Amino acid sequence: MKYSANSVWENSDEYDIAVVGAGHAGCEAALACARLGFRTLLFTISVDSIALMPCNPNIGGSSKGHLVREIDALGGEMGKVIDQTFIQSKMLNQSKGPAVHSLRAQADKANYTKTMRKVLENQENLDIRQMEVTDILTEDFKITGVKTYSGTIYPCRAVVLCTGTYLKARCIYGDVSSNTGPNGLQAANHLTDSLKSLGIKMYRFKTGTPARIDKCSIDFDKMEEQKGDEVVVPFSFTTNPEDVQIDQVSCWLTYTNPTTHEIIKNNLDRSPLYSGKIEGTGPRYCPSIEDKVVKFSDKDRHQVFIEPEGLDTNEMYVGGMSSSLPEDVQYAMYRSVPGLEHAKIVRNAYAIEYDCIDARQLKSTLEFKNIEGLFSGGQFNGSSGYEEAAAQGLIAGINAARKLQGKEGIIIDRSQGYIGVLIDDLVTKESHEPYRMMTSRAEYRLLLRQDNADLRLTKLGHEIGLIDDVRYERLLEKEAAIAAEIEREEHTNVGTSKEVQELLESYNSTPLTSGISLGDLIRRPELSYEALAPIDKGRKELPADVAEQVNINIKYEGYIKRQERQVEQFKKLEKKMIPESIDYNEIQSLRIEAKQKLSEIRPASIGQASRISGVSPADISVLLVYLESKR
Amino acid sequence: MKKDTIAAISTGMTSSGIGIVRICGDDAFQIIDKIYKGREILSKAATHTIHYGHIVDEQETIDEVLVMIMRAPRTFTGEDTVEINCHGGTYVVKRVLETVIKNGASPAEPGEFTKRAFLNGKMDLSQAEAVIDVINSKSEYALQSSISQLKGNVKKKIKEIREAIIYHTAFIETALDDPEHIDLTGYAEQLREVAVDLSKELERLIQSSDSGRIIKEGIQTVIIGKPNAGKSSLLNVLAGKERAIVTDIEGTTRDVLEEQITLKGLTLNMIDTAGIRQTEDIIEKIGVDKAKEYVDKADLILYVVDSSRVLDDNDREIMELLVGRKAIILLNKSDLQTATTKECLQEALQMVPGIQKEQACNLPMIDISAKEEHGLDVLEETLQEMFLHGEVSFNDEIYITNVRHKSALLDANNSLKKVIDSIDMQMPEDFFSIDLLDAYEALGSITGETIGEDLVNEIFSKFCMGK
Repeated sequence: MKYSANSVWENSDEYDIAVVGAGHAGCEAALACARLGFRTLLFTISVDSIALMPCNPNIGGSSKGHLVREIDALGGEMGKVIDQTFIQSKMLNQSKGPAVHSLRAQADKANYTKTMRKVLENQENLDIRQMEVTDILTEDFKITGVKTYSGTIYPCRAVVLCTGTYLKARCIYGDVSSNTGPNGLQAANHLTDSLKSLGIKMYRFKTGTPARIDKCSIDFDKMEEQKGDEVVVPFSFTTNPEDVQIDQVSCWLTYTNPTTHEIIKNNLDRSPLYSGKIEGTGPRYCPSIEDKVVKFSDKDRHQVFIEPEGLDTNEMYVGGMSSSLPEDVQYAMYRSVPGLEHAKIVRNAYAIEYDCIDARQLKSTLEFKNIEGLFSGGQFNGSSGYEEAAAQGLIAGINAARKLQGKEGIIIDRSQGYIGVLIDDLVTKESHEPYRMMTSRAEYRLLLRQDNADLRLTKLGHEIGLIDDVRYERLLEKEAAIAAEIEREEHTNVGTSKEVQELLESYNSTPLTSGISLGDLIRRPELSYEALAPIDKGRKELPADVAEQVNINIKYEGYIKRQERQVEQFKKLEKKMIPESIDYNEIQSLRIEAKQKLSEIRPASIGQASRISGVSPADISVLLVYLESKR
Repeated sequence: MKKDTIAAISTGMTSSGIGIVRICGDDAFQIIDKIYKGREILSKAATHTIHYGHIVDEQETIDEVLVMIMRAPRTFTGEDTVEINCHGGTYVVKRVLETVIKNGASPAEPGEFTKRAFLNGKMDLSQAEAVIDVINSKSEYALQSSISQLKGNVKKKIKEIREAIIYHTAFIETALDDPEHIDLTGYAEQLREVAVDLSKELERLIQSSDSGRIIKEGIQTVIIGKPNAGKSSLLNVLAGKERAIVTDIEGTTRDVLEEQITLKGLTLNMIDTAGIRQTEDIIEKIGVDKAKEYVDKADLILYVVDSSRVLDDNDREIMELLVGRKAIILLNKSDLQTATTKECLQEALQMVPGIQKEQACNLPMIDISAKEEHGLDVLEETLQEMFLHGEVSFNDEIYITNVRHKSALLDANNSLKKVIDSIDMQMPEDFFSIDLLDAYEALGSITGETIGEDLVNEIFSKFCMGK
């Protein structure tokens, strides 16, 4: 069908903000805008696909679980919805330090979609519209509205782009390719041109997904069962822990083998990745099985996780085996895996290519530097993952609303949350692949724990207006209770009584020779706040989340203090703002490379400038002196 | 972690008899209190006063000093400032600076005092351009000298240590990001061994970087020259006894002789080599090869020329060994009629392939007579100048003299020790990578490399991750 709307008309429903796309980013963005009082219109290509999870059937995981907690602490929705729709949950890394504990839940995909849709539909100020947006309308580089495929103009004052993987999407396996978005959904083929005409630089990225297999065709006896945790911890700080103690379903573990690898190697020439049919840049962290076999040829097996897609479906996700090999090779390779000998494929594995942006065109508020009122979040910004998308969507939505409120944008810095690390990396560092959150990217991770996301961010959420007073008051109480209990533990001494020595002995802990504070005992590796309960006579029963904070804060005090000092240093440079009007070419003494990089990225602060590759410490000194001389 | 209080030698590393170490920043007084022994506690002293005392590093007294106390804001940078006026030459000033750094200061970045002065409003805004020029020129100089100090072995060693550190960090991080894939059971013990080994290697580097080494262990000195130029005679005179076999027949010294000699407080580990010349005599050839090998490792080369004979191809070949090395040319046999003058030598030096004009012009040349013990006092003075007052640099590649490098090595080693402590305290694995990365960063500051995306790249390239 030829693209042209014959008649153009202007919708007069008076929207303030248009959100383009109703995936995980778009949902959070739209909810934030509407909750902050702005009339919001959420566009989606298919209302049935709101908050769709077209790839893995889970939410959270290492560092991603942190993001969900932070979204929740700021007043976002993802945590609440997954708490209602999960079918298995695990706290990962429990044997490691508290900083890397991370929640991951298997979702009932259909239920997740349905539940989120209900939240959107019932949200005041929020309308949903099934329609493809084709043009972003501006005047003097300022947003005036959007235009749709049907030729309708929706005037508005801000737009949040959350187009995910749909822009000029193309799905490929073998030599079969179709110009569709994930799951065969319609692609959005027109918006890219409008964005390019606004001067926005586009990239083409690639990602992929494995096949879905019929549960009835799987022999689970040949696999290891992976159960959920006995006691489930909810994602949302507002969920009552009792409500998430449900019957859980299992996932299953099996492995590829040399036969699998042989099949793949023999058919590499038929892979669009290796034959050059795919032009997009794929992520290194989520390699297709053919990539793994080629790159890690010394490994004779790779893990394969079989995960349910929901309670009301027999489809199973084959985690670890995403691929874009031809259909016949897919059958052969999956069927070489123990337990999958008779596997029936429901949906093929495929690779998907899509247009996204070079996110260095964005400010840290996720507003485009060159177009006022245009914001963006999610995979469109070059990230990957539902959680990364939701986090950006939330911030983009909040800042679109604040723009209209005439308030300064919210920037969460790297010392406040993984969200800050995520956005700062996206807008500062050049990336040639979809960006995935990883705990190693967070330099202050001892402070950025999933257990204290509320203590870090809920005050900010309240200030923004997404956290109500009741929740805010509860947070203040929790904070006070933690502080008081830490104080008490540090100043309560125990002596060498028989009871104390016996307790220590039972934990293989060195007996006391003189009095010691309870705090000092908690810091012993083999002991904890909980362990000392019998000898801590003054202790009152405290909520589990308070006790957890007391334990962590006392036990890791040394490390935490060290990171806090580092954060102080970091903040000094972060607070030195660079005026938007700065002309780097005017600073004679900057090296050419630094001038180019700084002019291109236009960092908001000296701190951000110092993280740009190609900008040296001497350049930063020069910049500092220049700024001072211009004051 | 970068500390806020900085220190540097503010008089430059010249041969002047006095040197000033300047400390600047919030902890300046706290630091001086820790290392100053005198009548008063300096943190309590009035501003703009001078105090007599000693700088001590733990038990050891380093120098007798005058310390100037200047409180913010009436100082050059506008911050609390301490200036230590030291007596000694380069070595002592460096020791004082190292002690200051050990007690909590960071080595100042190039141009940092000026920068701070400017940022704290102590300079006229119109001077911005000038300040920027200072920063830029000093940075460039620092970069050059840093790189030139860092030759072969040390750079390679640091690179190896960094590679090991990032590999292990990436392994831990991969396991944290993909816990169902990689199990860390038993890994801590393995990492402990690695950390202990790496720490040992760092300690070796730190020791060799100690500028006091020349006092404690001596300067590796090689005597070279054509057969019968008088190398052995020189050694004997300096050593004060007949050690080498001295005859008038060319090529008598067939092996390498070693002698430890002390000259005005400087220890020279002297190595006498067989005369270098083209030779077919097998025994002698071994000696010649060995001499060349020693030259490669030496801190100082003493090139003995027989000034009563004219220069030939053998001399020119020897001169090639001097390229880029610290050397003194001794024109021996000044008691005989001169056939080779300093001018002739200078001319010949200029012709040596690969020699820098600057080096050729500045190589010290001394007329001596080993036989009549004449000119030896000049040699002693030159040595003093070179190694005690002048800039100390060693030809041996394993020595790092730059204070900033040493401080970074110490930081890296401390971080590795923290890793070992954490392992011993049975901390969870994620704590290890924090200190490992600190060590990685500190070492990177020596080679001019930052962390950037190294960790993420290492994770993806070495370990298989994926959903």
